[in-house]
Amino acid sequence: MKNKSRTVAFAGICIALALILAYVEVLIPPLFNSLPGIKMGLPNIIIVFLLYRRGPVFAGIVSLLRILLVSMLFGNVMALMYSLSGGVLSLAVMILLRKLNFLSPVGVSVAGGVTHNIGQILMAVLLLDTVQLGYYLVVLTVAGTIAGIVIGLCGSFLVKRIPQKLI
Amino acid sequence: MKKEITKKHRNDIILIVCVLFVATVGIVYLNFFRSTGDTVTVTVDGTEYGVYPLAQDRTEDIYSGEDNLNHNRLVISDGKAYMGCASCPDGICVAHKPVYRDGESIICLPNRVVVTVAVDGEADTPDIIM
Repeated sequence: MKNKSRTVAFAGICIALALILAYVEVLIPPLFNSLPGIKMGLPNIIIVFLLYRRGPVFAGIVSLLRILLVSMLFGNVMALMYSLSGGVLSLAVMILLRKLNFLSPVGVSVAGGVTHNIGQILMAVLLLDTVQLGYYLVVLTVAGTIAGIVIGLCGSFLVKRIPQKLI
Repeated sequence: MKKEITKKHRNDIILIVCVLFVATVGIVYLNFFRSTGDTVTVTVDGTEYGVYPLAQDRTEDIYSGEDNLNHNRLVISDGKAYMGCASCPDGICVAHKPVYRDGESIICLPNRVVVTVAVDGEADTPDIIM
């Protein structure tokens, strides 16, 4: 993308898309009521796509702004802390794996999904001063893997199908 | 190009299998290798609130937060502990299945209340990192 304003506009569109996906996710009723935190992570489709098409910096900026906006709109400071811890950790891992370039978007997304949950658990351990979250971590790991596969498939589909010249 | 893609997919599958294997080991360990607990410890905001035996049925109201406005009702019956009702907005702790195994816990994030099952001898050694 040649000029700056185009990049900014494109970033805006991406953040808006991620925001809408986060909203759609809020609307979907939870599968298991007793297990909070199990989400599809729909906005991650955008992040995975950007990671492969626009590089880590662009994906990182969109991801962080998305987290900030979603927390401000639908959550509170606590929600922001949890989202941020998971978001930053998964972003770092996904960027690293993308750079190492030995996984397809599906693998990158699975790693992102799992580490997102680990980041949130770590934050909960910090905030609650408890280490009794092991059971939960296991459940979230499985959920993160499944969600990661689905999101990764969507992401790789987009990477493959959206023409290079468009974005 | 084609070869590279299939290699990446193979790596994907290796990653997924590894993660699921670790999770399976965790599930097996947590479900089958833990003894039944004797007491529940209630922690509010990192500080201990009280310890209650699982053997004896009781209902305990836990007030926390500013001006004690947050409320959780811990119910112990048939050797299991669960949240009867709570003032938190998500109600996740209430929906949580009853806990009775050593190390199991119910966590109410909004009210910062943690209920943890412990074995008698270990009840004194804190499960809490300060």
